[in-house]
Amino acid sequence: MNLTRRKLLAVGSGTLAFASLAGLPAFASLADDAMAEFTGGAAVTDGGIDLTAPEIAENGNTVPIAVSAEGATEIMVFATGNPTPKVATFKFGPLSGSRSASTRMRLAKTQDVVAIAKMEDGSFRRASSTVKVTIGGCGG
Amino acid sequence: MAKGVKPRVKVPKKAEAGEVITIKTLISHKMESGQRKDKEGKIIPRSIINRFTADFNGQNVIDVTLEPAISTNPYFQFEAKVPESGTFDFTWYDDDGSVYKESKKITIG
Amino acid sequence: MGFKPFVTTALAIMGMAFAAQADENAKLVIDGQTMITQTKAPAFVENLDEIYSGWVFRSDETQALQLDDFDNPGFVFLDQGIDLFNTVDGSEGKSCASCHENVEDFAGLRAKMPRIKDGKLQTMEEQVNECRTTRMGAEPWKYSGSQMTAVTALISLQSRGMPVDVAVDGAAAPFWEKGKEIYYTRYGQLDLACANCHEDNYDTMIRADHLSQGQVNGFPTYRLKNAKLNSIQGRFKGCMKNVRAKPFKEGSEEFKALELYVASRGNGLSVESPSVRN
Repeated sequence: MNLTRRKLLAVGSGTLAFASLAGLPAFASLADDAMAEFTGGAAVTDGGIDLTAPEIAENGNTVPIAVSAEGATEIMVFATGNPTPKVATFKFGPLSGSRSASTRMRLAKTQDVVAIAKMEDGSFRRASSTVKVTIGGCGG
Repeated sequence: MAKGVKPRVKVPKKAEAGEVITIKTLISHKMESGQRKDKEGKIIPRSIINRFTADFNGQNVIDVTLEPAISTNPYFQFEAKVPESGTFDFTWYDDDGSVYKESKKITIG
Repeated sequence: MGFKPFVTTALAIMGMAFAAQADENAKLVIDGQTMITQTKAPAFVENLDEIYSGWVFRSDETQALQLDDFDNPGFVFLDQGIDLFNTVDGSEGKSCASCHENVEDFAGLRAKMPRIKDGKLQTMEEQVNECRTTRMGAEPWKYSGSQMTAVTALISLQSRGMPVDVAVDGAAAPFWEKGKEIYYTRYGQLDLACANCHEDNYDTMIRADHLSQGQVNGFPTYRLKNAKLNSIQGRFKGCMKNVRAKPFKEGSEEFKALELYVASRGNGLSVESPSVRN
């Protein structure tokens, strides 16, 4: 079976966008603003960047993530559903051994995490991953 | 200076010339997000580490901008190229103006 | 890297809906040392055949945090524990290290705690505070405060990998019986005993949380929930609040007895302190 999760999500959100065209302005979110600030409004293509995040986070306080994009000068990570969507920006210096990094982040709720790489040629690449944030036990 | 801030760094002691090594860093810090409220319902002001840099013999390896969404006790893992023997310098910048530093030597051969 | 095929995702979700399965094959190896995370239950644990460390029930990502002491955020506090251990405090001008030169000498202690001392049941926290007040002339630390958990974690680390071996007979017997009674007593508005979740229903989901056997072999434990080290009795308090009960006090006879009983249910599992849990 070749239907990947991302494709499935793409199909899902495409349908959604189609069904709710009238509500388009609502799509301009804090996250979109933050991403536009990073890209300067340039076009962003999918692929060429890997974002590793758990499908389900046992606790939103500490969610391990890794980003990697060969040929990137910078990678910025966004949590689209957080009150402040910016997470971190990794700028790679002349002695970086790879254009990759890992960290641990906070997620306020189930949401898409997005990583955008600024490439050496000035283009932008994007990857995203949905992370489900669970609420534990008897209300703890 | 925020209380009890302590950096931890893991760097191999030796490497081959030009080798790519993995570095892990962690610093104890609350990373108060500015989103939380205290018992009286007042917002607890933001107080985070906002920048982290790693350099080797004066040349940059990685320069990270941190936002409040980074977890308590910020952790980073990344790779560095080691062209020669020398010293890694790690620096964390606190919102309150404090700067925390740690250094690690590495030998070629 | 990349995305798992949808099939796997769907299976994972379906699996969760029916029954969460602890990964019994996962191995906890730290620094080349293999921890016993599953073993035969002690004979006195009547309703369990096997006992499991809480580590077994955690997600891959949470499990991974405990595999390497650098990745384990609990070690930030251990560094603070080392400083505290060497810090002079109180009227006698002493630190912990003044009497206990090598913290390594505490190897084995965690595995035996709580224990009977002078006819009384004693927890590690009480032992630390006894040293502070009687030998150092210092103020006692708060039972589950950050200083206390940092130092108890440092002391407990010296026993890492050793099997828990709490005494349940002899002078300990009456305390153990009392702890057992509390373990099986229902408390709070939710009317739940420890046993209802951690014996009858471990390895199932309580909402989104994968229920463990409530073993304490990894304490003090770093919890992602509050990003700090947590004491055993601090955790008991949290559980009692969750079932909407008025918790016993930390250091109370009730919690001490319960700590002895719960610790004994883990006899045979490795000490994992400081473990990482959600």
